[in-house]
Amino acid sequence: MVRFMLGRLLRAFITIIAVVTFAFVVLRMSGDPSQVMLGPDAPQDAVDAFRHRWGLDQPLWVQYFAYVRSILTGDFGVSMRDHASALGLVLQRVPATLQLTLPAMALKLFLGIPAGVYAALNRDSTTDRAVILLSVLGFTIPSFVMGLLLVLIFSVMLGVLPSGGQDTWVHGILPTLTLAIGGIGILARFSRSAMIEVLTQHYVRTASAKGMSWRNVVWRHALPNAALPIVTLVGFMVGSLIAGAVVVESIFSWPGIGRLLIVSVSNRDLAVVQCILLVIAATMVVSNLLVDLAYGWLDPRLAARRH
Amino acid sequence: MSTLGPSFIELSNLRVGFDGIEVLHDITLTIAKGEAVGFVGESGCGKSVTWLAALGLLPGKAQVTGSVRLDGEELRGASHRLLERVRGGRIAIIFQDPSSSLNPVLRVGRQITEAVRLHRSLTVHDAKAEAVRLMDMVGIPDARRRFDLYPHEFSGGQCQRLMIAMALAGQPDYLIADEPTTALDATIQAQILDLLNELRAETGMATIFISHDLGAVAQVCDRVCVMYAGRIVEEGRTADLFDHPRHPYTRGLFDAIPRLNAPRRRLLPIPGMVPSAKDMPSGCAFSPRCPNAVAACLEAPPQLGGLTAGRRLACYQPMPSLSGLGLTETAKLPRYATP
Ligand SMILES: Nc1ncnc2c1ncn2[C@@H]1O[C@H](COP(=O)(O)OP(=O)(O)OP(=O)(O)O)[C@@H](O)[C@H]1O
Ligand SMILES: [Mg+2]
Repeated sequence: MVRFMLGRLLRAFITIIAVVTFAFVVLRMSGDPSQVMLGPDAPQDAVDAFRHRWGLDQPLWVQYFAYVRSILTGDFGVSMRDHASALGLVLQRVPATLQLTLPAMALKLFLGIPAGVYAALNRDSTTDRAVILLSVLGFTIPSFVMGLLLVLIFSVMLGVLPSGGQDTWVHGILPTLTLAIGGIGILARFSRSAMIEVLTQHYVRTASAKGMSWRNVVWRHALPNAALPIVTLVGFMVGSLIAGAVVVESIFSWPGIGRLLIVSVSNRDLAVVQCILLVIAATMVVSNLLVDLAYGWLDPRLAARRH
Repeated sequence: MSTLGPSFIELSNLRVGFDGIEVLHDITLTIAKGEAVGFVGESGCGKSVTWLAALGLLPGKAQVTGSVRLDGEELRGASHRLLERVRGGRIAIIFQDPSSSLNPVLRVGRQITEAVRLHRSLTVHDAKAEAVRLMDMVGIPDARRRFDLYPHEFSGGQCQRLMIAMALAGQPDYLIADEPTTALDATIQAQILDLLNELRAETGMATIFISHDLGAVAQVCDRVCVMYAGRIVEEGRTADLFDHPRHPYTRGLFDAIPRLNAPRRRLLPIPGMVPSAKDMPSGCAFSPRCPNAVAACLEAPPQLGGLTAGRRLACYQPMPSLSGLGLTETAKLPRYATP
């Protein structure tokens, strides 16, 4: 188990390095920050001074190693716009994003999984068909379309909910719903098929055959097995708690990480973009580790294979 | 049935259909407490469906009609409460594939304890002790220590022993063993059969033994029902039936098994295939493969009728009553060596 976890940690570390490197190279190849920051008409000596100030006149590999050295010492650079700490800027936006993604995650879990399990237990009933139909609708409609639809219905036509801003919790309702709907659909659909699969297994028949009530068969024997694939999917969703709201934050002008990312990319604010990508990669990696841990705990067969 | 004990299972006119196609036709049968009855027949003939239907364990889409009575009490369509008390408590069942019949994510001790607690009012502590005792009894070495292991940490034969321990947990009067040894290799098969025989001798529990394997049936059962395409076609006391098979299908089954201690001869597999449930012939289902078939056999399926004491047969053209099989005792059938 220890060796297994060490392997996973190494993999996590490599993933993060890969993301950092990729972001670093692509960002530097795709446009010169001095153009964006100083404007297209800036005099050449101002441009040169700017490039020298930020080290952009150095060869790429020199810049890269300087960057890696600084992040290893915990220095994530400063914004080219106002010299504020990049990490500070990013962390400052995290709560706003979590304000949308955490409630959305809760909705996904507490609506999606029960809906799917209920549908599986009542297979081919009207409820089952309704769950399938709604979940397909939920995850096939792209979030920007879904967001606009919700705005159209609740802000424009009914006028009951605000379409943008972050003044009160009411402003969070539409973006949260937009974020949650697709995930609810995916989780419902996935939990349904996981549960249907488990219900055909012989051990479920064994549990009934020993005289256990159907309710207990479902809770004690079927659900713990159906949880295995569901945990993987939930892990992916947890991994996107930080990164998953880019589109929705833009639609609803919500001042979270997503908006910061879009603004910083268009400004070529290198340190900030890199820092955001690093934070996103780190959340994904951490949630993958959590999934692995949960799996080892839920599935004894896996734990055995790891020894 | 002449002698009914105080307790008995009675199936009458039991029929099962899937998607409108009947796969089990009109099964009528009585099994008394303490008996050991074998069910043999080719794959798909309805051996498992009969007993799953009796316990109400078929999937919801199955259409079951007829009656299943335990000591006179109707089980078909009975309340959940009654069924849950009967399952495991009066009639237990073990299955063909022991490894997949145990829940992979729960400790085996817990699975057995659970069965104990469902049917006996013991404290958690006593139920655990009882589960260990049962594991011991079915021959799991070092039961106390292995109580907390998971099913994948046991071999197939040990998983079947665990299934048997779980079946015994509710102190049932009947044990249905649905091909309990098919998935196991030969020496383990023999051990499991011995265990079933021992347990029956110790507890007086009736055994309903489903198998493809006539040798195993001979070793375990007093009485045998031969099934073909969803019907019982012949029934009799084991020795009697094995010595004098009357149904051409039964005879065919015996001809198809190798004899270890008889002169070598060609095995004669039954020609042809079992008709599928969708296009069952209107007459006797065996008629297309039957060497004795006459015009009458193609018209209507023969009814299962009493022949002599304890003997039933569904055939218009049975084999002569003293067919020269050269068998005078069941001992000539293959038996497993017991180590
Ligand atoms: N869940 C099901 N859905 C549809 N048909 C089924 C189902 N279960 C069994 N059947 C059909 O019922 C018939 C009898 O099956 P059953 O499992 O009782 O055979 P069996 O005699 O136990 O065979 P085997 O020796 O292979 O276990 C078969 O034709 C089978 O296809
Ligand atoms: Mg079967």
